[in-house]
Amino acid sequence: MDPNVPSLARLQQVQVRYRDHTALQGVDLQVRAGQVLALLGRNGAGKSTAISVLLGLRRADAGHVELLGGDPQQRRHRVGLGVMLQSTSLPPMLQVDELVAQASACYPDPRPLPQVLELAGLRELARRRYGQLSGGQQRRVQFAIAICGRPRVLFLDEPTTGLDIQARQSMWQSIRQLVDEGCGVLLTTHYLEEAEALAQQVVVLEQGRVLADAPLAKLRLADRPRRIRCRSGLDATALLQWPGVQQVQRQGEYLQLMASPAEPVVARLLAADAQLQELEVQGAGLADAFLDLTREAA
Amino acid sequence: MNTLLPDGAVAAPVMGWRSALRPYRAELLAELRRAWRTPAFVLPSLLFPVLFYLLFGVLLGRGHAPVHLLATYCVFGAMAPALFGFGVQLALDREGGLLTLKRALPLPPAAPLLARLAMAVLFAVVVAALLIGAACAFGGVRLQVTQVLQLLAVAAFAAVPLGAIGLLIGSHVGGSAAPAVVNLVYLPLALLSGLWLPLSMLPKMFSTLAPLWPTWHLAQLALPVLGQPAHGSPPTHVLVLLAVTLVALLLARRRLRRVG
Repeated sequence: MDPNVPSLARLQQVQVRYRDHTALQGVDLQVRAGQVLALLGRNGAGKSTAISVLLGLRRADAGHVELLGGDPQQRRHRVGLGVMLQSTSLPPMLQVDELVAQASACYPDPRPLPQVLELAGLRELARRRYGQLSGGQQRRVQFAIAICGRPRVLFLDEPTTGLDIQARQSMWQSIRQLVDEGCGVLLTTHYLEEAEALAQQVVVLEQGRVLADAPLAKLRLADRPRRIRCRSGLDATALLQWPGVQQVQRQGEYLQLMASPAEPVVARLLAADAQLQELEVQGAGLADAFLDLTREAA
Repeated sequence: MNTLLPDGAVAAPVMGWRSALRPYRAELLAELRRAWRTPAFVLPSLLFPVLFYLLFGVLLGRGHAPVHLLATYCVFGAMAPALFGFGVQLALDREGGLLTLKRALPLPPAAPLLARLAMAVLFAVVVAALLIGAACAFGGVRLQVTQVLQLLAVAAFAAVPLGAIGLLIGSHVGGSAAPAVVNLVYLPLALLSGLWLPLSMLPKMFSTLAPLWPTWHLAQLALPVLGQPAHGSPPTHVLVLLAVTLVALLLARRRLRRVG
């Protein structure tokens, strides 16, 4: 990552202790302009605590916290942020447009209301009361509140939980648009495909420590085995002897192999069985990388 | 002429002022809408004290009762909106995560508090006005304009310490427990401070303990307005009430900082 891209939010060696346990133990992370940082980790890994510290909701017990060049507990540094928390019950009797306008009033130069509603996919729901909306629609209102102030840095804590596929795709689209405009995003999510679709940088937390901090491409592709699937009559046990093959399974007419590197195995398969059909090769996803990482740590 | 100057050069300070006030106005507007659209909260808060007053002060009251109880019911009327508005609503907002969101947004921390205080004051004044109307129409009470204004002022002031006590409750208990706790404070406090019935009609111990209750001090501010006998001097009562407010606010703030 280009070190010249300005850092918008940063934790350096941050520690947070609760009464009975340590939530963050020397965590470093950095959100940069025009970049999505996905913060991943199991429940209780420290993701929400890290966000609370960056938002100024909680003080770090040690280490350095910086938001837009200053202390996040000071309001003037928070003027450039937008935030969507994991769960927020907004007043059910207020209308969507009223809620967004109320949040916009916190910012010196908010985005015009119609534009916010458009970005959040709420145009038709503007006059509806919050309490009448579905869970996914309510989540979109919270997203609208997060983006209404033209934030330079956006905190999205599991933003698409409860959204249907279409709504999720359109929120991704809006997030990409904001990132293109130079906004930096800190995203936590349980959907690894969401991190895969949006993030450039991935930080994995486990028990309050950073397990990995790497560009997405590196984390995902680093010599992980690929899955090869095909319809073939070849003998499974024989295939296991081939170099690079790590696992073979037969499922009826189908063979499934895990291989690294995969390319020579594919070539040999094609050569060995002229009748081979329906060949598929699938790269390891972030999900595999994430599971490997957290399993190693456990 | 104006075209020679960049617009921002002159307009900037005015805009600064206005944009600084915008979050306050937005919070107040939201609170007004919330109240307006929750008639199940608004109507009982407004009508309950008036009905009670008509029963105890006018129908069953003898002698000075309509006058005496008008003063104390003006304090009683301020209690429910302030205690419930701050206490229960804060507990619910805290549990629902709304308070956390407001703390994370670049919202001035005083804005939501002031908006809610304004609502509590508004309720207290409207209830007092209704009570005064009822007292004049049905209780044969005659008031001068200055007395009406003073009574409204006491009712408005009552919202301050009561709101702070509500805040203290709301910062300590959860949303489901808050209504019970508020009722536990609200009903005994009204009785023990002589708001429902004059303390002279109750056992002597009630009068002895009365100075412990903030609502009793509020009543001592309201009673002299109507020429009713009261204990102590108004400045002392105001000081006690401000001290209660300050302590409640500090305790609530400490709690909110810790648990959020």
